[in-house]
Amino acid sequence: MKFRLIQQHIFYLKIIIHLSALVPLVWFFYLGFNDQLGADPVKEILHFTGISAFNLLLLSLLVSPVAKHFKQSILIKVRRLLGLYAFVYALAHFLSYILFELQLAWQLLISEIIKRPYITVGFSAFLILTLLACTSTMWAQRKLGRKWQTLHNFVYLAGVLIALHYIWSVKSDILQPAVYWGLLLFLLFFRKEKFRQLVKKYKKRLA
Amino acid sequence: SPLSFSKASDCTTDETLTPQDKITSHNNFYEFGTAKSDPKENAQSFNVNPWTLSVEGLVEKPLTLDYDDLSKLFTLEERIYRLRCVEAWSMVIPWIGFSLAALIKRAKPLSSAKYVAFETLYDPKQMPGQKSRFVGGGIDYPYVESLRIDEALHPLSMMAVGLYGETLPPQNGAPIRLVVPWKYGFKSIKSIVKIKLTDKQPPTTWNRLASNEYGFYANVNPDVSHPRWSQASERRITSGGLFNQNRIPTLPFNGYEEVSDLYKNMDLRRYF
Repeated sequence: MKFRLIQQHIFYLKIIIHLSALVPLVWFFYLGFNDQLGADPVKEILHFTGISAFNLLLLSLLVSPVAKHFKQSILIKVRRLLGLYAFVYALAHFLSYILFELQLAWQLLISEIIKRPYITVGFSAFLILTLLACTSTMWAQRKLGRKWQTLHNFVYLAGVLIALHYIWSVKSDILQPAVYWGLLLFLLFFRKEKFRQLVKKYKKRLA
Repeated sequence: SPLSFSKASDCTTDETLTPQDKITSHNNFYEFGTAKSDPKENAQSFNVNPWTLSVEGLVEKPLTLDYDDLSKLFTLEERIYRLRCVEAWSMVIPWIGFSLAALIKRAKPLSSAKYVAFETLYDPKQMPGQKSRFVGGGIDYPYVESLRIDEALHPLSMMAVGLYGETLPPQNGAPIRLVVPWKYGFKSIKSIVKIKLTDKQPPTTWNRLASNEYGFYANVNPDVSHPRWSQASERRITSGGLFNQNRIPTLPFNGYEEVSDLYKNMDLRRYF
């Protein structure tokens, strides 16, 4: 007998996603506020929210290749939720940076975004994720029509920018960011046909 | 174990001390891993006795100190120093130790000595970061550092053997480390086995790894940014959670203005 995902499975899967995204987030901030996150709770929170945002984004990019390969098209229904949680973690990351790292030094925030390449690319990725989160509703999807897909293709760019942000932020230990680059490129590899089409379309427009 | 020492009257502060458990659990000591919590986790079985520290090179009387000499040869005193990491966080630490100058003078430096080179123990069996590049962050070991001789002889430069009244925990650089409070933390090399006086500027680890980011001098300077972040302010690590963090302005020479004479007529933007 062949296994098939049904609506009920998706329902449970979504509950699992909600719990495994929200519980650690709340728990980490709880520990942070109570000085239970080691000597420098700010760095811990920044790393945790940043890495988790990246994990969730990679998971969301994993959905469609898996759905295709295992012929479980209904799985696509969890993709938006994963993407939204990637945004939630990115938002927590950005807010923690402003509130706890810079402590509302707005001038410093602006100069860091402009002057520091790794902050610039991180901030750009955050803007993309924000835009994608805002247009993630069915309503926006209908309203934007064909433009919606074009807009949401920017998730790949966001992935690349986040990977850059990560590898540029470390002092010398690039092993982990390099592993993340590998994972990202692996996931992008499944879209090579799509990218080829996009390039073709773009070239046509230029011609 | 507890040490006996006096308190240096001119090296106290009214700033809040960083709690001991934070000083001993938040360390950059890549020999034991690159995460801040790694050294505490991986260094507990680090064996510091027996130990030898040699003072050699351009000196009249080369010395070799054994483990007991480290805390017995010189009178120990407590000095409370600010430690400013190049990553823009800082602590206030009650070190116990003695002047580096006292150690160097004991070896009778020759007038040809212009620099002092320091070297950390190389022992891959005990230091997992030296055994595997993946653990040690891709640094070429042993870790080496250096000061100009006049910097080394400055009364603020100290050799620390303890903190908070006790011998140094391994993660903080046991059994003996350098502390140069007006420079970024990476200059204050840990677990030293060799001090060599030379006439040429010796290589230093972080400078060798990324010379555009880490200079030889590495004086704390709010006006010279790290290429990837500002050095104008810092987060002071004390107690309390996320809302109790304190961002304060960074001071030139980390507030130790008395060393500025060492750098008269030097362009500190060029020699960062």
